[in-house]
Amino acid sequence: MHLTSHSFEPILKKDAAANHIRPSMTYWQDAWRRLKKNKLAMIGLYIILLILLIALAGPWLSTLSYSDQDLTATNQSPSAEHWFGTDNLGRDLFIRVLYGARISLSIGIVASILNLTIGVIYGGIAGFFGGRTDKVMMNVVDILYGIPVLLYVILLMVVLEPGLINIFIALGIAYWLRMARIVRGQILGLKEQDYVLAARTLGAGSWRILFRHLIPNSMGPIIITMTLAIPEAIFTEAFLSFIGLGVAAPMASWGVLASEGITSLRSYPFQLFFPAMAISITMLAFNFLGDGLRDALDPRVRR
Amino acid sequence: MLRYMLIRIFNSLLVLLAIITITFFLMHAIPGGPFTSEKNIPAAVLKNIEEHYRLHDPLWKQYIDYLGNLTHFDLGPSFKYAGRTVNDLIRESFPVSLQLGMVSIALSILLGIPAGAIAALRQNKWQDYATMFLATLGVSVPSFVLATLLIYIFAIKLSLLPAAMWGGITYMILPALTLAGQPTAFIARLTRSSMLEVLAQDYIKTARAKGLSPALILYRHALKNALIPIITYIGPMAAGILTGSFIIENIFAIPGLGRHFVTSIYNRDYTVILGVTIFYSVLIIGLNLIVDLIYPLLNPRIKLTGKQGE
Amino acid sequence: MNSNPLLSVEELTVCFDTFAGEVKAVDTISFQVYPGEAIGIVGESGCGKSVTAHSIMQLIPTPPGRYAKGKILFGKDDLLQKSEADMAKIRGNDISIIFQDAMTSLNPVLTIGMQIGESLQLHQHMNKQDAYARAVEMLRLVGIPSPEERIKEYPHQFSGGMRQRVMIAMALSCNPKLLIADEPTTALDVTIQAQILDLMKDLQGKLNTAIILISHDLGAIASLCSRVIVMYAGKIAEAGTAIDIFHQPQHPYTWGLLQSLPRIDMMQKQKLAIIPGQPPDLLSPPTGCPFHPRCPHAMSICQEHYPETTVLTKGHMVHCWLQHPDAPKPNREVTA
Ligand SMILES: Nc1ncnc2c1ncn2[C@@H]1O[C@H](COP(=O)(O)OP(=O)(O)OP(=O)(O)O)[C@@H](O)[C@H]1O
Ligand code: SF4
Ligand SMILES: [Mg+2]
Repeated sequence: MHLTSHSFEPILKKDAAANHIRPSMTYWQDAWRRLKKNKLAMIGLYIILLILLIALAGPWLSTLSYSDQDLTATNQSPSAEHWFGTDNLGRDLFIRVLYGARISLSIGIVASILNLTIGVIYGGIAGFFGGRTDKVMMNVVDILYGIPVLLYVILLMVVLEPGLINIFIALGIAYWLRMARIVRGQILGLKEQDYVLAARTLGAGSWRILFRHLIPNSMGPIIITMTLAIPEAIFTEAFLSFIGLGVAAPMASWGVLASEGITSLRSYPFQLFFPAMAISITMLAFNFLGDGLRDALDPRVRR
Repeated sequence: MLRYMLIRIFNSLLVLLAIITITFFLMHAIPGGPFTSEKNIPAAVLKNIEEHYRLHDPLWKQYIDYLGNLTHFDLGPSFKYAGRTVNDLIRESFPVSLQLGMVSIALSILLGIPAGAIAALRQNKWQDYATMFLATLGVSVPSFVLATLLIYIFAIKLSLLPAAMWGGITYMILPALTLAGQPTAFIARLTRSSMLEVLAQDYIKTARAKGLSPALILYRHALKNALIPIITYIGPMAAGILTGSFIIENIFAIPGLGRHFVTSIYNRDYTVILGVTIFYSVLIIGLNLIVDLIYPLLNPRIKLTGKQGE
Repeated sequence: MNSNPLLSVEELTVCFDTFAGEVKAVDTISFQVYPGEAIGIVGESGCGKSVTAHSIMQLIPTPPGRYAKGKILFGKDDLLQKSEADMAKIRGNDISIIFQDAMTSLNPVLTIGMQIGESLQLHQHMNKQDAYARAVEMLRLVGIPSPEERIKEYPHQFSGGMRQRVMIAMALSCNPKLLIADEPTTALDVTIQAQILDLMKDLQGKLNTAIILISHDLGAIASLCSRVIVMYAGKIAEAGTAIDIFHQPQHPYTWGLLQSLPRIDMMQKQKLAIIPGQPPDLLSPPTGCPFHPRCPHAMSICQEHYPETTVLTKGHMVHCWLQHPDAPKPNREVTA
């Protein structure tokens, strides 16, 4: 070590300590960084984007429509002409699966947006106003939670008659309870925090605080719940199709295609294979992404 | 404790009443439904229905009568088949569904819990990745796909097991496995995450600091805590297996209640739909109630305030 | 203190491999504990106190943790070389540890008796009845009223202070030679803190157990410990007898800590945060003396080189350039 006459001169520094504070990342940057490291979640994300793209653009790629029949070419095996083969009315299965993507995904997305809206408003109000309001509102949720929802979706569909719009309605009003609980829990925790109190002392109104501060800060759990609600809705629709309560012919969701495929399983297994693959891959993608988001957004595991 | 129990029981009755009311009025909303006396229904059935539901009375009185019938478990006649009641149907076919359901529940617990525990103990090792990949696959593949896959492999290609019908153990294997698929996967995931959470707790550190062996820590300190959340899944699991049986019983041509229920949906046999829905609801609500009443006994730290916890 | 040390930590270095890089949580620290004595380790949050304590018990999760260097001699054996099974025989028997948060350190679904009894059954090979009898005795020792009944209860039926007493009873049940108390009172309110410290002092006298008391709080340490180690950023800043540290402190960080000590005439405890600035980020620690960004006496050399060890009297040592003969005489009252 080399000592000079300057070695023992006092140094004046006021803000040197600041140099050693780790560059702070925002919540979302940090979450994104964690998500990117999760390979399965990223694969899930890319698959979902790809499926969305195909669902939006796919049908324009072909001159055939999902309802075009060709009775001279029924039940054909997959070939260069019909990638996924044809069904018993000679309809091209590839085209039908593409259209099915539109229907199944829109069911998933619309239904989860519906229950997001209901859940956020309901849970937000309960959590924000707290006290008696909260108690009553959450008691209602607790009671409704005891109802086996799927049975009532079935019942509703029996009453409403099958159809896309009715499926939106049935799924939308059936599955908002979980969202309401999660949002309420978040809001209850958040509203005691300093910045909310600060906003309140600055005179911000209740609704403004709720929609400007509280709900945006609850986005993490909301997004996770959404990601898992979409496949659940797709799933439920497939289930409904199977018991004859899905969308009406000649439109076809993946669930309808799959249940049609099951009837001809012995002779033409490919008719089930492709729609089943489409459902399973989409589910898997959403589940991987959902799990990844949970890990990335959960503040408890952040480091 | 008693207060908590009474409140829970009261809440369950409330749910039940809500369900019956919703169901009743939903059915009334159907044009040509069970409570309007038009359409070409066999005269004998019509007469039965009219008698049973007293269709000429005002709506509120019908509702009261309907509730009255339910109190002695009378679900009324079938809308489609003369001389059959919903009670007959349930009596004949529910035991089959119950048997299948029990086997599936047992399977999913016996497979799911060890799988999840192993994944947690080997976190981020290949055992964990493999189990969780399978489990995610398991929750992602619809049961009818799994069913057909199993039939295709074991019944059609290998001719090892019967593809359909009911009678004897061999007939039960494929449907029970299919039905157990999703719950097993779900239990495995639940066990893993709850186990990981427990293993990160301070009291596990305490147990290690006492010098307990890993096996003892796992068995005595971790497992019991980790399994508590799984008990709350029993209700939803039963509901899932039940609704799963609608599809599975159809695919495997099993003469259970689920299959009859789906048939009644196809036939729009409204009274059967109504009756079976109520029957299933009672079953699930009852099961949830039992779970809720047992739960505090297993979990000494729970505070009994009469409110359902999150 | 002329016997052999019970525990001798030699140049211990513990690292964590995190995604952002290596964290040296404990960096080349050495100290001894003699039979029956109480030493204190003090320092701000994140300075490596718990990592030191957990290293002694081999409770650091590896990975991400890594015992990079050094020895931990207990008697003649290096604990770092022991197998997991051998270590298990020592934990809870020869060395015990009490954690900061008694609320979460007890298993909620097992009775208190079970939790105290199991280490007795394990280490002392007692049968169930004897273990329970001894557990009752231990509970009485730590001042829990009607222990025969309380032993059948669950943790949630105990208050925070009572749970910490249970933890102490559990830790002492096998008569360990060394008790490590990692902030045993931080989670408790002030009056209970004092009671627990009194209890520990009392038991130390009765049972002649050596104690390592870890704390933020110099006051707690003063009441119990004969020797004190002041840690900063994973290193030992200053170590000495309690008299050295409280009456002849030499390190500017120790001065800062002492100034944050509540005086007798003050009712409320003040926080350590009185020292301006924040503890360094161990991912990219400052060069030279880690305290220099916050040190009111920092000199040019402090930014470049880690200070040499200066031994002042037997047992009193300090790492600070102010000890260098060429350094100016500092004015202790200066606190940035
Ligand atoms: N499992 C871990 N992974 C990564 N870093 C860790 C881990 N455990 C501890 N550290 C790091 O080691 C350093 C020292 O932590 P330690 O818990 O010993 O602090 P402490 O002095 O006990 O603080 P406190 O007073 O808050 O308990 C911290 O900076 C922390 O970042
Ligand atoms: S070495 Fe320098 S910076 Fe470090 S404590 Fe001493 S005077 Fe302060
Ligand atoms: Mg600590």
